[in-house]
Amino acid sequence: MSEHTGIRGTVWFRALTGQAYPMSGDPDSVLTADALLGEDISRFLCVVRNPHARFPCARDGQVGLEEAYTLATRVREIIEQDKNAIKRPIIAIVDVKSQAYGRREETAAIFLAAAAAADAYGTARLAGHPVITLVVGHALSGGFLTHGYQANRILAFDDDGVMIHAMHKEAAARITRRSVESLEKLGETISPLSYDIRDYAKLGLLHKLLHVDSPDNPSQQEIQHVRDELIAAIEDARNSPVDLSNRLQSKEARETRKASILTRSMLEAQWADEQAN
Amino acid sequence: MEQIEFDYPSKRKVSRKAHVGVVGSGDLEVLLEPVEGESSHVFVRTSVDGFRDTWKAVLDRFFAKYDGVVRIQINDAGATPGSVLLRLEQAVEVSEQ
Amino acid sequence: MSYERDDANSINRQSFIELDARERAKALFDVGTSRELLGPFDRVESPWLSMQGVTPQADDGCVVMKGKISGQAAVVVALEGAFQGGSMGEVSGAKLTAALDLACADNEKGVPTSAVMLLETGGVRLQEANLGLAAIAEIMASILALRKHAPVISVTAGTVGCFGGMSLAAGLSSYIVLTREARLGLNGPEVIEQESGVDEFDSSDRALIWAIHGGEQRYATGLADALVEDDTQQLADVVRQLIAKGVPPVHRSSQVALYRGRIAALDTSRQWEPRELRATWGTSSSVEEKP
Repeated sequence: MSEHTGIRGTVWFRALTGQAYPMSGDPDSVLTADALLGEDISRFLCVVRNPHARFPCARDGQVGLEEAYTLATRVREIIEQDKNAIKRPIIAIVDVKSQAYGRREETAAIFLAAAAAADAYGTARLAGHPVITLVVGHALSGGFLTHGYQANRILAFDDDGVMIHAMHKEAAARITRRSVESLEKLGETISPLSYDIRDYAKLGLLHKLLHVDSPDNPSQQEIQHVRDELIAAIEDARNSPVDLSNRLQSKEARETRKASILTRSMLEAQWADEQAN
Repeated sequence: MEQIEFDYPSKRKVSRKAHVGVVGSGDLEVLLEPVEGESSHVFVRTSVDGFRDTWKAVLDRFFAKYDGVVRIQINDAGATPGSVLLRLEQAVEVSEQ
Repeated sequence: MSYERDDANSINRQSFIELDARERAKALFDVGTSRELLGPFDRVESPWLSMQGVTPQADDGCVVMKGKISGQAAVVVALEGAFQGGSMGEVSGAKLTAALDLACADNEKGVPTSAVMLLETGGVRLQEANLGLAAIAEIMASILALRKHAPVISVTAGTVGCFGGMSLAAGLSSYIVLTREARLGLNGPEVIEQESGVDEFDSSDRALIWAIHGGEQRYATGLADALVEDDTQQLADVVRQLIAKGVPPVHRSSQVALYRGRIAALDTSRQWEPRELRATWGTSSSVEEKP
C-alpha cells in the first residue's frame, strides 16, 4: 500500500537541506536540519522509517512517543532561540503512515506526546514563526495532527502517491461497514471522503498543490521549483494572521465548507446578543 | 434514510417550543414548535426505510388526543413505536410547562 | 485533587454520566445564567450525513452554552456521546472552534472568559472524514490561542470516553478532569488490535483496557488534574476550583523535557503492567510545577 512511506520523506529532506541525519541524542526516525531557504535559515523536520526503533509499533514510519517528543523538542528549541530575534521558518516535511498503534504507546500516553508536538508547532506559529508543511507522501490521521496540521500553510504534491486522510481505506471501510470499493465510489461525490489529493484540494485547506513529475527522484529543476514555492509560502505566512483563518477563506473553502462558515457567523451573532433566547 | 410527512387538523394555540431526545441508536429527537393556522405538520426523517404505515399509525394515535397547532420534526435512529409516543408526549409536556 | 467515594451520600448524588449533553453543560453554570447558542431550533446540522443515508441531529451532537461560573463569564461545549459516538463532524467541530475563538476574543477585549469542554467522543466522524480531521486541527489551534488568556478545562465523565484526535485536544487543555468511568487515549483497543494484532492488545480484555485508559490510572500517573466521583455537584465544584486556579504556569503539553525524559527511561523490551508507571510518573501535575 505504501512502499514509498518514509522514502520520499528522506528524498525530499535531502533535496532541500543537503543532508538527512537526526540531531545528536535524537532517534533515527526524526531528521532535523537547519538550511538556507531564500534569505532565511529554516529548520526542517521529517519523520522517517526506523526499523530499529525502541518502540516496536513505531518502526514503519509511524509517529510514536519518541518521534512526537523529539519534534516538540526541536521546534521549541527554535522558539527559544528566536525569542528576541527574527522568527525563523519551520518546515515540516510530511510522509507519515499514521500514529503508532501500540499498548506501550497508550500506557505511556501517546495522546499527550502527540499534543506536545502539536503544541510546539502551534506555539511557534502563534509566536510568529512561519510554519510551512510540505506533504510529499502520506499524511494520515493522528500522525498528521502531530506533525504538520498546525502549520500556517500546507503545500502538497499533486501526485497519486500523496494521501491526506483521517483513516486509511481498509479501516475506514470496516468501521463504516462499507466495502473499499463503495468507499472509493462515495469519495467521487463526497469530497471529504475521497482519498484523492485533488479532491482534498477542493476542501480549501491547502495553500497550494505543486506539480512534480518525479517526486521519488526529483530533478534539480523540480527541487528549485519546490524551494521557490516554500519561499513564497513563508512570505505569505509572514504577511498574514498567525491563526488558521486562511483555511476558511479560500475559494474552495467558501464552497465546500459552507456549513463551517455559517456555523461561525451564526454563533458569533448569538454570542454577542445577550437578549437571545 | 427515508423522509415522510403528515398533516393533521388542529386548533389549540401552543405557547412554547420543545426539544427532547437524541438521535442515538433506538432513540429519536423531537422538535416541536407552535405555528399559526389550523393544521399541524409532521416531518419525519428515519434511518429505517419502509415503515411509513407504522409512522402513520403512531402519529394518528398521538393526534387523536393532541390538538395543539404545531410543526413537529422527528429525527429517528430506529426507535420503537412505543419510544416514539413517549418522546412525543415528553415534548408536549415540556411545551405546556 | 482526588475525591474519595462516599457511599453514605450516594443516595443524594445526581449522576453526571446519566445526563445528556445539554443537561451536563447547564449543570456547570451558576443557576439561571446560561443560555444555549446555536441550539437545535437553529437547525445547523451536518450537510454530509443525510447524503449517506444517516439521520442528522439538529444540533449535530454539540451543545454550546454561555453563562457565568462563579460569577465569571464562561463557555461550555458538550459533545453528545449518544449521537454518532460523539464524533466530530464539520458542524460540531466548527461550533467548538468558534466557541473557543469567541472566548479568546472576549479575553483580548478584557472580559475574562474560560472554556470547559465536555468530551465524550471517538474522534473524527468517518462519514465526514477529512473535514472532521481538519476540524480537530482547528480546535487544537483554538485551544492553544485561548489557553494563554484563560483556562481551558476538559472533562471526560463517560461512558464514551475521549479517543482519537480529540484526545490531543484534551492533552492541550489547561486541566483534565476524569471520573473512574472515563477513558482517555489516542487509539482505542479495537483499533490497536486491528492494526497491530491481538498479541499487542486484546480488545476483549476489559481489565487491561481500564488499567491503561481508565480515569483512575490516568490520574495516578499524573496525566489528569482531578479524579471525581460520578456526582454532578462534585464535578461542578471541581470545575469552579480549576477556573479559580487560572492559567497554569506551564501547561502539561509544554513540559517536553520532563516527558521526553520519562519516555527515554522506559524499558521497551517488554510490555508493562500499567500500574508500574504510577511509581515513576506519580501524581505530579502541571498545576504544582513552577515555570
